[in-house]
Amino acid sequence: MTLRALAETLGLEVLSAWDLDREVTGAYVADLLSDVLAHAAPGSLWITLQTHANVAAVAALKELSVLLANGRRPDPDMLERAREHKVTVLATGLPAFEIAGRLYAAGLRGGN
Amino acid sequence: MRVWRADLHVHTCLSPCADLAMAPRTIIARAAARGLDAIGVADHNSAANAPAVQRAARGSGLTVFAGMEVTSREEVHILALFGALEAAFAMQEFVQRRLPGRNRPEIFGLQVLVNEEHDVLGFEPRLLAGATGWSLSEVVERVHRLGGLAFAAHADREAFGLLGHLGLLPRGLALDGLELSPNTSEAEFRRRWPECAELPLLRFSDAHSPEQIGRAATGFRLPELNLEELRKALRGAEGRGILTEAASLWKN
Repeated sequence: MTLRALAETLGLEVLSAWDLDREVTGAYVADLLSDVLAHAAPGSLWITLQTHANVAAVAALKELSVLLANGRRPDPDMLERAREHKVTVLATGLPAFEIAGRLYAAGLRGGN
Repeated sequence: MRVWRADLHVHTCLSPCADLAMAPRTIIARAAARGLDAIGVADHNSAANAPAVQRAARGSGLTVFAGMEVTSREEVHILALFGALEAAFAMQEFVQRRLPGRNRPEIFGLQVLVNEEHDVLGFEPRLLAGATGWSLSEVVERVHRLGGLAFAAHADREAFGLLGHLGLLPRGLALDGLELSPNTSEAEFRRRWPECAELPLLRFSDAHSPEQIGRAATGFRLPELNLEELRKALRGAEGRGILTEAASLWKN
């Protein structure tokens, strides 16, 4: 499924759009950057509550797209970094467990 | 006894997120212009630029404490400050024993090693923006074993702040104080986190660019300025004490 199709199906808000037509097959949930650096599979959709600039940097490094859960809003410098590094940032009002469940139902799997 | 104004949380161009203009003489000139008596050099997970800042301070009357801002395994920032350079480097060795990853400067930023003449000596290859494998209590214990002071940096902040990130003060964590971010007042912080009542609250700039140096500071009432006296002031011992400047004084 593409990021665009996921966003439309699940009502995700698009905050920074770069590669919406990219196929995404996996997702990863974590709020510790070190865990994401160590374990997230490249290309995954990263579900997190963290909203600071290093989120965009880690996403760029690991080639992830970001999905902010639970109504979280990105800090301005996170969006700035996301644009600089061409990172797609999505947002949902649903808690992480809920949105992870819906993504799983839509066919996404853990990357590893 | 007099009040010494100290901004003990200042980054240099070694921190990937800091302005490249944060070179030793620039930092010292700015700190002096702001009327500070002391600064603390606290780059992320490294003390490598601290000696150059200390050398740049010679003759300025400014005291420069060497230290670093350690990222614990829980991704909480601990501001560690030392009275001796050797202790700061022993802490760096400890932290970097478990600091995985290599920096990608195009993503995280440049990590510039400089001397006091602002010559570029090289680039730090480790991922200083990353987290060490040591836990909060291991970090704080090691700081104390090396004779240093350990503060929770920007403790109220959700990103990497002890209370904002973890939501509570871990029992038994022997901190020397809590640095507040500009987002909260002392009164608000005391109301929200009553379990921190025993800990002194401090304000430093967390400067990442020259104009931010001294935008916040804490006054220490002491007979002479050194790390042991700071420790006494934090405990309110022997007539010593601290004067935390109000958040309304924040500039920039």
